[in-house]
Amino acid sequence: MSDLNAQMVEKYRNSFLKEVEANVEEGEWVKMCMQCGVCSGSCPLGPYWEHPPQEIFMMIRAGKREEVLKSESMWMCTSCYNCIVRCPRGLPITHIMHGLAHYAERLGLAPKQNPTRRFALMFWDNIAKHGRVNETVLSIKLYFMDGFSAGIKRALEMLPVGLGMLKAKRFNPWGLFFHKGCKGKRDIQKILAKAREIELAKAAKFGG
Amino acid sequence: MAKKTYHYYPGCTAEKNASASNYETSVMAMCEVLDIELKEIPDWNCCGASIGYAGGGELPRLAMNARNLAIAEQENPELDVVATCAACWLAQRETKERLLEDDALMKECNEALAEAGLKYEAKQRVRHMVEVLIEDIGYEELGKHVKKPLEGLKIAGYVGCQTNRPFGIAGESFENPKYLDKMIETVGAEPVEDYEKKVQCCGGALAFSEPEKSQAMIKDIIEAAYDGGADMIVTPCPVCQMNVEVYQEQINKRYGTKFKMPVVYYSTLLAVAYGKSAKEAGLDGQVIPATKLEEIAKR
Ligand code: SF4
Ligand code: SF4
Repeated sequence: MSDLNAQMVEKYRNSFLKEVEANVEEGEWVKMCMQCGVCSGSCPLGPYWEHPPQEIFMMIRAGKREEVLKSESMWMCTSCYNCIVRCPRGLPITHIMHGLAHYAERLGLAPKQNPTRRFALMFWDNIAKHGRVNETVLSIKLYFMDGFSAGIKRALEMLPVGLGMLKAKRFNPWGLFFHKGCKGKRDIQKILAKAREIELAKAAKFGG
Repeated sequence: MAKKTYHYYPGCTAEKNASASNYETSVMAMCEVLDIELKEIPDWNCCGASIGYAGGGELPRLAMNARNLAIAEQENPELDVVATCAACWLAQRETKERLLEDDALMKECNEALAEAGLKYEAKQRVRHMVEVLIEDIGYEELGKHVKKPLEGLKIAGYVGCQTNRPFGIAGESFENPKYLDKMIETVGAEPVEDYEKKVQCCGGALAFSEPEKSQAMIKDIIEAAYDGGADMIVTPCPVCQMNVEVYQEQINKRYGTKFKMPVVYYSTLLAVAYGKSAKEAGLDGQVIPATKLEEIAKR
C-alpha cells in the first residue's frame, strides 16, 4: 500500500464519502445525487462501464472504497458532458469522474494496465515538460507502450492512417527530433511544481 | 463593418504539420474576408485537453490554462480571447469560471502563476470562434460575402460534444443546436434535416486508447450522415474532425462498410464560398478529399 493510501485509510476509517468530499475534485457534490439514473442512461460508453456514474455515487456512500478507486469505469469517461447537462441535481459529474480517477492514481490504486490511464499519463508528461503536445512523440509512445513487438504491430496497423495524415501535411515525422514546445517551458514547470505543492499541502491538512 | 480584433489561442493541433493545421489555414482565409484580426497569445501553452486530468489534477490544470489567460490579459485586457478548438475553449472557459467563482482557488492559482511573474484577474471573455461569427458578425453579414454559393451540396452539421456542452452557444439547445445548419444555409448549401447523430460523442481521446469502442460510435455518426443523403460532414471541433475522418478505412475493414465521407470545418465551407482557392481553404489537408468543394473552388 502506498504511504498516502495508508494515511487516508487511517484518517477516514468510517467514511469514504468524507474522504471523497475532502480530496476529490468537486467531491462535495456527491451527497446531492438522488439516484435517478439519468447520467448512466446518457453516457455514450455506459454499456461498457462496470459501474456507471450513478452506481459510483451509490458505492461512495456505501463506503465501497477499494471497489470504486480500483475501478476501470471512471477511466472510460470521454468528457462528453452529456451527464452534466442532464443531471436534475446539477452535479458536475464529469469533473467528479476525472477527480476520482486522479485521486485513485495518486493513491496508487488505479488499474495499471488501463489503456486510457496510460495514454492520459503520457499526455500529461508530454505537456508538463514541453508546454505543448508533440503529437509525433505521443503517438509513437502510445504504440510502443506494450513493448517493441506489440509496438511494431500497432504501428503497422496505424500506418495507413499515419500516411494519410502525412500526405495531408497533418503529421510531422520530424517532430520526433525537432519540436520546440514553449519558450517558457521552465516557467511552466515552475508553475506546475508550485501548484502541485499547494495541492499536496492542502491534502495533508485535511487528511494528514 | 469595422475591423474586429481578438486574442487568439490556436492550441496544439493547429501547429504547423499538426493534426488540425488545415483548420488553422481555413480560419485564416475566412477571417481575412470578414476583417477579423487575430493576435496570437505569445508563447501559449497546451490547455491540458480533457485527458490531462490523470496526471494533472485540479490546480495544476487550472494554473496551466490561467498562464495563457494571464499573458493575454497582460498584453491587452480589453480584447476577448478566442479559441478555435473545442477542447481549448472549454478548458480555458472552465478555468475562468471556476476561478471567478472561488476566491480561494484564484488565490492558490495566482500563487502558482507568481512563480513566472504572472497574475490573473479573469477580466476577459473566453469565446469560441463560432460565437464570434454568430454574435459579433451575424448570419446576415456572413452571407453577404458569399461569392460562390455551395449550391447542390447536402451537408450534415455534426456539432459533437464540447462546443455544445456544458456551455454551448447562447440561444441554442443542448439536444438540437441549429447553428451549423444555419451556417450551411448561409453558404447556400442544404443541411441534412434531423441529423440523428448531431450531438453524439466521437470518443475524444479514447479513439487512441480504446479504438474499438470509439470506432463503434464514429460508425454511427457517419452512417446517419449517409442516411440523411449527405455529401459531407461539417464540424466545429478538431477532435471530431480527425476522429470522424481518418479512421474510416479501419472502420470499413472492421464492419465491412464502404465509407468515404469527407469531413470539413465550418471555416472550410465559408472560405470556399468566399471564393478562396482550395489551398487557401485548407482542402489539401483532407485525408478523404472533399471533391465537390474542390470543384467549386476551381470554378
Ligand atoms: S443524473 Fe445526477 S442525480 Fe441522477 S443519478 Fe446521475 S448524478 Fe445522481
Ligand atoms: S462526461 Fe463522462 S461520465 Fe458523463 S456522460 Fe460523458 S463519458 Fe459518461
